[in-house]
Amino acid sequence: MSTVKQDTRHRDILGTSALRPDGVAKVTGAFSFSSDMWAENMLWGATLRSPHPYARIISIDTTAALLISGVSAVITAQDVPGKATYGLISADQPVFASDFVRYMGEPIAAVAADHPETCRRALAAIIVNYEVLTPVVDPELAMLATTEQIHPDGNLIRHQHILHGEAHITSDITVEGNYTIGMQDQAFLGLEAAMAFPDSGGNGVELHIATQWLHEDRGQIAACLNLPEDSVRVVLGGVGGAFGAREDISLQVHCCLLALRTGRPIKMQYSREESFFGHVHRHPAKIWMKHHATKEGKIVKVESRMVFDGGAYTSTSPAVLINGITHTQGPYQCDNAVVDGYAVRTNNPPCGAMRGFGVVQACFAHESQMDKLAHACGLSPVEVRLINAMHTGDKLITGQVMESVAPVERCIRETDLIPLPAPLALDANVLEFPGGSGRTADRHNIVRGIGWGVSMKNLMYSEGFDDYATARCTLSNGIASLKFATSEVGQGFVTLAPQIARSVLGVDDVVLETSDTQIGSAGSTSASRQTWMSGGAVDGACRLVRERLFEHVGRLHNIDPIRLMIEHTDVIDTIGTFRISVTQATQGITLSETFEHHHRKTEDLDENGQGNCHVAFAFVAHRAVVDVDIELGLVKVVQVATAQDVGRVLNPLSALGQLEGGIAQGLGLAVMEEIILDNGRVKNPSFTDYLLPTALDAPHVVAIMIEEPEPQAPLGAKGIGEPPCISVTPAIVAAIRAATGKALSRVPVRPQDICL
Amino acid sequence: MNNSIGNEMYTLHINGQDRPVKDAWVGESLLYVLRERLELPGAKGACEQGECGSCTVIMDGDAVCSCLVMAATAVGADIVTVEGLIENDPSMAVTAQTITSQITDVQQAFIEEGGVQCGFCTPGLIVAVHHLLEKNPEPTELQVKESISGNICRCTGYGRIFAAVEAVVQVRKASR
Amino acid sequence: MTVAVPLSLAEAFDELSRTPDARLIQGGTDLMVEINFNHVKPANVIALRRIKELRTWHVNSNNTITIGSGVPYQEMETGQLKELLPALAEAARTVGSPQIRAAGTLGGNLGTCSPAGDGLPVLFALDAIVHLQSLESSRDLSIHDFMLGVKRNARTANEIITGVTVPVLDGWQGYAKVGVRNAMVISVASACLAVDKKSNSVRIALGAVGPTIIRCRDAESWLVQQFDLSIATSIDPAIALEFGRRVALESKPIDDHRSTADYRRHAVGVLAKRLITRAYPS
Repeated sequence: MSTVKQDTRHRDILGTSALRPDGVAKVTGAFSFSSDMWAENMLWGATLRSPHPYARIISIDTTAALLISGVSAVITAQDVPGKATYGLISADQPVFASDFVRYMGEPIAAVAADHPETCRRALAAIIVNYEVLTPVVDPELAMLATTEQIHPDGNLIRHQHILHGEAHITSDITVEGNYTIGMQDQAFLGLEAAMAFPDSGGNGVELHIATQWLHEDRGQIAACLNLPEDSVRVVLGGVGGAFGAREDISLQVHCCLLALRTGRPIKMQYSREESFFGHVHRHPAKIWMKHHATKEGKIVKVESRMVFDGGAYTSTSPAVLINGITHTQGPYQCDNAVVDGYAVRTNNPPCGAMRGFGVVQACFAHESQMDKLAHACGLSPVEVRLINAMHTGDKLITGQVMESVAPVERCIRETDLIPLPAPLALDANVLEFPGGSGRTADRHNIVRGIGWGVSMKNLMYSEGFDDYATARCTLSNGIASLKFATSEVGQGFVTLAPQIARSVLGVDDVVLETSDTQIGSAGSTSASRQTWMSGGAVDGACRLVRERLFEHVGRLHNIDPIRLMIEHTDVIDTIGTFRISVTQATQGITLSETFEHHHRKTEDLDENGQGNCHVAFAFVAHRAVVDVDIELGLVKVVQVATAQDVGRVLNPLSALGQLEGGIAQGLGLAVMEEIILDNGRVKNPSFTDYLLPTALDAPHVVAIMIEEPEPQAPLGAKGIGEPPCISVTPAIVAAIRAATGKALSRVPVRPQDICL
Repeated sequence: MNNSIGNEMYTLHINGQDRPVKDAWVGESLLYVLRERLELPGAKGACEQGECGSCTVIMDGDAVCSCLVMAATAVGADIVTVEGLIENDPSMAVTAQTITSQITDVQQAFIEEGGVQCGFCTPGLIVAVHHLLEKNPEPTELQVKESISGNICRCTGYGRIFAAVEAVVQVRKASR
Repeated sequence: MTVAVPLSLAEAFDELSRTPDARLIQGGTDLMVEINFNHVKPANVIALRRIKELRTWHVNSNNTITIGSGVPYQEMETGQLKELLPALAEAARTVGSPQIRAAGTLGGNLGTCSPAGDGLPVLFALDAIVHLQSLESSRDLSIHDFMLGVKRNARTANEIITGVTVPVLDGWQGYAKVGVRNAMVISVASACLAVDKKSNSVRIALGAVGPTIIRCRDAESWLVQQFDLSIATSIDPAIALEFGRRVALESKPIDDHRSTADYRRHAVGVLAKRLITRAYPS
């Protein structure tokens, strides 16, 4: 028998900084990432990739590779038993290229061998004859009908027009600009890795994989393998970060094919270099934007033309594009809009999901515009944003009414109240200067600047997509176990889910079952959606179990279940003295319920871009303080102040981690992170040349979380993952502009953009 | 693991034990040998060129990137991996009563201060921080930043990692 | 592929005569990257890290310092080496990360001979002598004769770089490196400046702006005509500016994915101006 617990001890319920249940395993190195898997009798798999951005494949000869001792299999397109292509929105990407290669790094063949080095030798022995073609790399040219169409589906992936209000209206002041956003990489640290186990008999496969969406993977894999979905079991391997890069298929199909071919477990893992070719990136974009405003600074109309370079295959380009153009207005009121967006196929690397998903690009443009507008009207960056700040009930340029809580003004005002950092000390250490340990600057070379960025971000999937989430809760002997297919990629859903169960059920011990495809879909860990969607599913399942518990207790003790409630860890009678611990009440019984959480329905956009296409929105303001060495063009971000609309804080420590981490990624895009292309070729596929912020680049972050619970959200909490990385980029660039007086219309800002 | 390309035999000294390595290809890095041959997957690989620090181990008293150590040349070196920190941590005596399981004060602080998200960079950072605090028990904020500037974290933005190091420094200071 | 781990130079030469094609590996921070990236598959490797003679340094009676090719960078960042060779200490501190500085060596920088090698501009500014030894003989080469081009040097296959000798100068010296983040960054452009009051001379060497490290002889000789380096305490800003301009003219940078030729040329001019101003504060 358990004793009744007093509430003197800390309980990790919602609202507390509960610690990660996987923390001990992660700090000791015992946590099993997908790259840590090992199996008896396993083989290594590896992929042969195209060295050319665009070429016709004349022949592929695998004979020599197969003769190498230790090589068990070499497979190409002709070994794919099912569908030859895959893709998230449009299945236009070949499992293996067979006629054309359309981007540098496109897979052509895969090998299985007894050692990674044997694999490398086998790959080197495969002879591919190419007819090298001139790549189409400029999206502006690629979208023209007169340009060579590099794919049977054509080069224009999607065009969408938005017309809202009066097309020809203008006003006292117009400001316009052309903006360029470079190609950013998600650069998760845990490289793509998987292990596939073939079923005996070869009629099925079990894949352990670091992914964002188990069920979507399963569907695409099964189609390519020509197996029924239930013959493909996908199990979540430990995920070392994702940020959008694990939404698309990378090595999943290749790994399963090799396992089925050899009848042995196959381990595949990409190197960093291969990873740059193995997943999609953030779309580079070119954006023209023009604002019409009154002389008081009130926006009357926004016009924009956005071109997103989708690279060789579709991935999520159509959805990224729609996110970009429907966020043209930013978090500001705007009654009139004319926008055209184009997602275009080129022979550049495929682009798709990355944290911020199209809104990052739009936000850099609209926030740069807001500063221009402020300047034209003689307003401060804060004033112009407050004048235009959106509120709940405002109509968006899609015609959709903003139904979400929209504390835009409050985000700006609270950020503005955060104290500015102290001036750079006269005796400051050189490591604090722009240029850091390179000792390039002296104190007097450094100029400080302050800049602002504010953003709006949609939550969940859009345009009619029902990205529901499923969870099962089982309660027995005082222990709750939760089952869901939600991908834990580092964000902390494994911390949150038990918090929900503890809050709803009054238990302390919560067990998380394996995340796999043995339950319904959870949707993707993306679009800032899992706290809302999978959180809603866990909450729903736990509430159903609680009803069953009350029925059970009521029956046993002859109390109307409606009178029962959970207090701390007990079931109590709200109008009597009856009290029983949940542990005691569930001795010897098992209560189990499954719940699917669906968000409200959304609609497609019509030909004028009108429609209720998004579910909900979150807002955030960023103020950046930078020190710039103007003469050398080097930047140090000193402080980022932020107030974010989070709805409700469910775990303060996790939430802060999301805010700080997102800010570092936005900083990366602002001043250092870019995949450099030369005629379709990636020039910097390594961490020597693709630079990520280090500990000495991280700014001091001062964060405020604005809690105005969102009525639509199951837990009152909005998703918080994406907003932190969106408006911090324009805020940093604005701060550099303030320090230097340079126009800076491109990110990342390069030293030569500042000083030459 | 048998394979067709390697037949090197050597012995490494890891976490206080002699660990024989058989049938190895000599081009293998220490990282590969630890992970794939010696069942010590704590060190992680994320760049293969010493630019991320995920594979940090202690070798003869220095924190080094195990991806850049040719394993066969590490014969005779004293190697400590994240799996071996407990045995090698002098602070364990001080903090043994405060920890909930067999983890070091640095590891505990990383959990409590939110320094762990996806956790892929974590083992390398844990090793680097242990090494730092051994050499410099009361580092300044800048010294902390410089000493972990070779350990890339993509999730946290470093804020909670700095907090974790600071927490350890304060606790160790108070208990001295 | 075989690997040998000799414990002495004598053993190393034995190995080298047995496998004359062997690649020498010191800290591993260059060669292992090449192997990991599948760029090279050396048939034989000789690891020098356990040769104690290479891991020592000493001050010579003629006011020079000899540093073994196996001394890791972290040892140059502090202590007596930092006191006597401050530019080398500053350069060492910019090499990669602390983990890389624990492994990387001047021997490795010299063996690889990348124009972006952080230690090399210091050796060029100090007119270092490179010590090469083979089984039969040993020779000393000026650094200027040693580095021949991008990743090319004058070492012959039977030689081991045992160390370098550099003078302890009387005068300010410093190093600066431009990279696009605040730590652990490969050089976009770098410069080392060293004043020698005794000979009333200044030396400036540039990294990552040409196929080899570039000594700016014209700018150096122009500067010594402007003022007496041995007695001056400050510099006319106009002279510093002109010095920078002249240094930039002597650079031979290219466009690549790390930066542009124009920026690199500009940057080394700024670095030269700032370094000489640090030596002689205006």
